[in-house]
Amino acid sequence: MRAIAALRPLVAQVEAETYMTLRRGETLLLTVGIPVAFLVFFSTSHVVSTGPGPSVSFFAPGILSLAVMSTAMVSLGIATGFERGYGVLKRLGSTPLGRSRLLAAKVATVFLVEAVQAAVLVPVGYGLGWSPPGSGAGAALGAVLLATVAFGSLGLLLAGVLRAEVNLAATNGLYLVLLLLGGMIVPLAKLPRALASVARVLPAAALSDALHGSLTVGSVPAESWAVLACWALGASVIAAGTFRWE
Amino acid sequence: MPAGDMNRGTDRFAAVVCHDLVVRYGDRTAVDRVSLTAERGEVLCILGPNGAGKTSTVECLEGYRRPVSGSALVLGLDPWKEHRVLVHRIGVMLQRGGVYPMLGPRRALSLFASYYEHPEDPDALLDLLRLREVATTPWRHLSGGEQARLSLALALVGRPEVVFLDEPTAGVDPEGRLAVRDVVAGLRERAVSVVLTTHELAEAERLADQIVILHRGSVVAEGPPASLASHAVEPAGSAGTGEEIVFGAAPDLDVAALGSAVGAVVVEESPGRYRVTPPSEVSATAVSAAVGAWLAEKGLALRDLRIGQSLEEAYLTIVGTSEAESSTFAQHRGRRSRGWRAPGLRSRWGPRRRGTRAGRS
Repeated sequence: MRAIAALRPLVAQVEAETYMTLRRGETLLLTVGIPVAFLVFFSTSHVVSTGPGPSVSFFAPGILSLAVMSTAMVSLGIATGFERGYGVLKRLGSTPLGRSRLLAAKVATVFLVEAVQAAVLVPVGYGLGWSPPGSGAGAALGAVLLATVAFGSLGLLLAGVLRAEVNLAATNGLYLVLLLLGGMIVPLAKLPRALASVARVLPAAALSDALHGSLTVGSVPAESWAVLACWALGASVIAAGTFRWE
Repeated sequence: MPAGDMNRGTDRFAAVVCHDLVVRYGDRTAVDRVSLTAERGEVLCILGPNGAGKTSTVECLEGYRRPVSGSALVLGLDPWKEHRVLVHRIGVMLQRGGVYPMLGPRRALSLFASYYEHPEDPDALLDLLRLREVATTPWRHLSGGEQARLSLALALVGRPEVVFLDEPTAGVDPEGRLAVRDVVAGLRERAVSVVLTTHELAEAERLADQIVILHRGSVVAEGPPASLASHAVEPAGSAGTGEEIVFGAAPDLDVAALGSAVGAVVVEESPGRYRVTPPSEVSATAVSAAVGAWLAEKGLALRDLRIGQSLEEAYLTIVGTSEAESSTFAQHRGRRSRGWRAPGLRSRWGPRRRGTRAGRS
């Protein structure tokens, strides 16, 4: 009974966070609208050549990576930054909700939104002729999990130290950089060699490599796991140490 | 609202006790050895101009801030070390913000209600604070008064034993002030303790059982409103040394006739508001009786007669006229409401920029 009572605030918090996330037009545009538009546009327009095979088999994993980054880093980070600016986090600090349940609710909400994104993007991909091997699904899920922690921590890291408006700009800027250097739309092989080697140690490229690997040939390069794990660990430790609630 | 919780009467701890509290920001001392006590069911008002250390003091009691030295106990618990236990038993209204901009009063109250084991019914609070008509309006579209009332409702939803209200009436419309007053009176009746801060004398005078006046981080006066009013020294230059009498009656009385009838100097300070200064050897009680008789003879009503200084006079004397003036009333409120709005709260772009994401092009 006590355990159930402890879950009630968590469930209510997830409900409220999900409601707010899905009610924000900008968030829906960022997390669903743009990824779907990019997937359809790039898979059908051939403005970026992706080598042999149908281009959707490159873009579908790439855009799924983009979707994860949009939700876990941009949407979570910006919303949290404004909540801090509004004094919401401070106010929650004097309720019995507690930091751990607040964080758990935010994480759960990110996963829920990612599930919604997958439920939209995967059928669109199939409609465009995508046929990933079933064997890679587990590895893909694992990579998404790890990347969500990494991106979520990055988003919270910025939200925890920057003023809400500055955080908004910084997070959007980071999104753009990681989009271009993430191998999500532009294959890393097309980047200048020096830039590509920088890109390879960033979490965006690690996630898109992991999804390209798992959803094309069914396996993930060890290097991607390592990079994702490092970012997940490093960013979450730093975010936990630097986050300011007021 | 339903009655408060059961164990309150048996609890032997005072609602709030702090002793020699010190808070520093860098090398600036914001709170300098402040001691205060609020008993159960008492309304304690921390009064003081801007920057007096009111919020810093309250934040120590709420567990947001750890004092450099001194001690604070709320319901017998250390607000910093025993924060997780205490949060079930206190309610907090921050000076500003604190509510999800996208949530309307009903959703916000239901969410906060879920945090507590035996919460108040959100619908009852919507009625109590007259928020039913805007129950589904997102916080960011509520008026300043409605926002304040919602923040107050959120402070009450957990059926707290002690409620902390930081400037609950600043920038609030008359209806909101009335609501705050009603709620505070209701809490006192149910033996819930209230600690509130204000820079407005009239609010303190109306609401408080005990007032602590803070100035530059230190307690400069304390006591019930009446004792504070008579505590201050007579302002220089006023005639007589005895206590003054202030009363209300119909405007444009013949003050010269009244003055000679009661044997004192009578001045109409503002239409319908009079001040009587008896000579030092005459008791103020006798003079006020004479005033009452004179008015009764003329068939006029007497209102709000008070002997001694008003708290306002006492406050200005204690804190220093120039400083108190520079931080109170319209000027201060104007600054505050700009503070609320400057980040774009009511401006055209505000609601979209805050809580959400601006255009990303």
